[in-house]
Amino acid sequence: MSRLGTITRRSFLVASAAIAGGVAFGIYKVRQPIPNPLDPDQGSALNAFLVIDQDGVTAISGRADMGQGAQSTLAMLIAEELDVDWQSVRVAHGPASAAYYNAAMLEAAMPGAEYNKSSWMRTVGEVVGNAGGKLLGTQITGGSTSVKDGFEKMRLAGASARETLKRAAADRLGVDVARLTTEAGAVIAPDGTSLPYAELAEAAARIEPPQVEPRPRARWRLLGTDQPRRDMQAKITGTQAYGIDTRLPGMKFASLRMNPRLGGALRGFDPAPALAIPGVEQVLDIDGGIAVVARNSWAAMQGAQAVDCDWGPAPYPDTTEAIFAQIEAAFEDSPNSTMRDEGPETQDGDEITAEYRLPYLAHAPLEPMNATALFEDGRLTLWSPNQSPLVQQRTAARGAGIEPEQVTVHTTAMGGAFGRRGESDYSELAARVARQMPGVPVQVTWSREEDMTHDFYRPGVIARLRGVVSDGTARQFDAQIAGQGMTAQVAPRLFGLPVAGPDRALVEGLFDQPYAIPSYRVRGYTADMDFPVSFWRSVGASHNGFIHESFIDEMAHAAGRDPMDFRLDLVRPESAVAAGVLEAVRAMSNWDNARAEGRALGVAMVWSFGTPVAQVIEVEDQDGAIRVARAWIACDPGIALDPQNLRAQMEGGLIFGLSAALHGQITVSDGMVDQWNFPDTDGLRISGAPRIEVQVLETNPHLGGIGEPGTPPAAPALANAIFALTGTRARELPLDRQFDFVL
Amino acid sequence: MATTLTINGTDHRIDAPEDTPLLWVLRDELGMTGTKFGCGVGSCGACTVHIDGEAMRSCQVALGDVWGDVTTIEGLGTPDAMHALQAAWLRNQVAQCGYCQSGQIMQAADLLSQNPDPSDADIDLAMSGNLCRCGTYSRIRAAIHDAAADLREDVL
Repeated sequence: MSRLGTITRRSFLVASAAIAGGVAFGIYKVRQPIPNPLDPDQGSALNAFLVIDQDGVTAISGRADMGQGAQSTLAMLIAEELDVDWQSVRVAHGPASAAYYNAAMLEAAMPGAEYNKSSWMRTVGEVVGNAGGKLLGTQITGGSTSVKDGFEKMRLAGASARETLKRAAADRLGVDVARLTTEAGAVIAPDGTSLPYAELAEAAARIEPPQVEPRPRARWRLLGTDQPRRDMQAKITGTQAYGIDTRLPGMKFASLRMNPRLGGALRGFDPAPALAIPGVEQVLDIDGGIAVVARNSWAAMQGAQAVDCDWGPAPYPDTTEAIFAQIEAAFEDSPNSTMRDEGPETQDGDEITAEYRLPYLAHAPLEPMNATALFEDGRLTLWSPNQSPLVQQRTAARGAGIEPEQVTVHTTAMGGAFGRRGESDYSELAARVARQMPGVPVQVTWSREEDMTHDFYRPGVIARLRGVVSDGTARQFDAQIAGQGMTAQVAPRLFGLPVAGPDRALVEGLFDQPYAIPSYRVRGYTADMDFPVSFWRSVGASHNGFIHESFIDEMAHAAGRDPMDFRLDLVRPESAVAAGVLEAVRAMSNWDNARAEGRALGVAMVWSFGTPVAQVIEVEDQDGAIRVARAWIACDPGIALDPQNLRAQMEGGLIFGLSAALHGQITVSDGMVDQWNFPDTDGLRISGAPRIEVQVLETNPHLGGIGEPGTPPAAPALANAIFALTGTRARELPLDRQFDFVL
Repeated sequence: MATTLTINGTDHRIDAPEDTPLLWVLRDELGMTGTKFGCGVGSCGACTVHIDGEAMRSCQVALGDVWGDVTTIEGLGTPDAMHALQAAWLRNQVAQCGYCQSGQIMQAADLLSQNPDPSDADIDLAMSGNLCRCGTYSRIRAAIHDAAADLREDVL
């Protein structure tokens, strides 16, 4: 049972004044507060982000953990203000509630390039983010926004709680509140008397919380220092419960098989071969596929495989070639967006053109899709490893045939997500199973093959580039990109909102890069198809980072310039922050010292999710095969709040990008995905992973994300290094189809 | 037919078909969820346990074929009494999502039992069957070196 079970299950102590999900303080005050969803049966919820009970302080995170460490950083923000011992702080995920809406995520969806947004645009973005986030209930973990969103909220929550606890202590002791201090989870009186927060919490919960400004950076003691993640010990001792580890009394195990032609119908099935397998108990029709209930997941998976199914056709072109033909045809239509259009159409100089083609990709988090559900008395309780609790609530309700208010969502830890768990199909399918087994908890675990072949994939794209160089610099950069519009699929699926108009996701990472090029044009063309696509770690920048930074490299070579110098000349006038990360990797990698024969360097810089990241990769020739030897990363997220985790995210982001660049692809034959398991579309292994050094700069005036920005530069830095080594330009991925690697 | 297995020093009587993979016996029949399911085909290493001290993919070993004592991540160390590798994993803050780390640590324990001072190349060779989608590899290397040094110091 998650800790939250005891926090929200029944009413005991109603929290103090209505707290608007942390927005009731200071500048974030809003007119119609959202009630505090926390209602602990033990202890007190001083606001939506904090519970204090006999065991100490629990920071309540509105964001989920999928490995990115945001929960720990959010807890640090509270702990900094609350004066508690870091080792004693616990972290729990909050319930599904609009109180945990993510303002920063909507803000990031506003028009314009992040790196040069004016202050009024930022203010408008903040207002829209807060109003829209509250309205839509965007309790979403994504877009590298968790810490940006929580930076004020969590510190205000901590500061307000601290002052409230001090007032409770002042009342009890009859001492002026100004004479009280706080330390290590207690209020300290002038005579040295120490009153632990746990003893004050109940009284504090009845006091109207004061509005307190958070402490200035100069007074931080915890933030900005290397601290162990609060979840680390559980994760290395096998005691962290992920969604798939949910165990309930009397629970049955199930697995499923949906139409491999994604979205196609189930026309009929014969359950007999499955029912003959020992341990198999039931075969259920779950609309579009079947579920098999058994004594354990293994028997259920064997059973699901054995059911004889008659599948309907795919609702999309049934080969990769036909899908890409449709993408290519999108260039014939008028553009869906022109998000950058600067300078005259033509420039004098040497023209180069190129076409890039990138594949569809699977998310493939290591914990396969799963959810556990109990349907009882017309209500559904769901244990779901997810990035979007309110979306799970709505779709699971649909799966169970009830209203969203009748669904309780427990958001568990995730064994990776990378965007996959922003979708909610796994929860809805578990609800369809549970609905047919009232009173019996059931865990529905997908086989790896089912997971890999039933993803919402990173879209494949085709890009056409035209550049003009003269006198050693870029005069023109013209990009046209075609691919499936992601927003048009995701918005209706997750929020029930039909979204038309320009699709930012298709062109981000391409139109919004900080290069001063006099003629700069980026047009997006959307191909309308029902092949399922969704957000994949770093979204549009995952393909556009490769396209932009590979073509900039092509232009540098066409101009006869060093790729680092060429970039810096263009970036410096546009953004000192972005130039800073390039200068940093130049120094770290010793870029200007020529490498020995058989070694070469490549560089790339991408600004995504508010953070510019530059990477240099060194490759070496080992008997005709390429080894990815070393990588240097410099990033500038503004403030290194949680530096240990920040470096880890940069390292992991790079490896995730390299994995896709080297091996990643999803192809389709006869309407079905060809790749079934890790040998078919593998991740990078330790033997192929480079040595990595990370440097974090803090000159960016705005707080940026850290979970995704490390991914986009990896593929182009590698491909640019390979070009420097071999003279062959990679314009398609994955690279292992074109080059031999030592992995 | 019931099978008796010794797991982490305790005997368990398991009444499940003999072709059930050890992974699912541990997770679903016994509720020991520290050992993870990742691929089911022995290619990701998340399900790694020790059988008679040797690292094995528990998704590829049928219940009826288990030939010795089984040790899982829960038996290697506990939050209160961590194995040297787990302590090194904590110092180096290795885990991100953490889902692969049970398997990584069990594989590393096998490596150190055979090679108390592995080189980077030794580590790469021993650990390349364990997939980490979060990309924690450089920290895994560092933590194995760290634990190895720690263990050698204990011996001296």
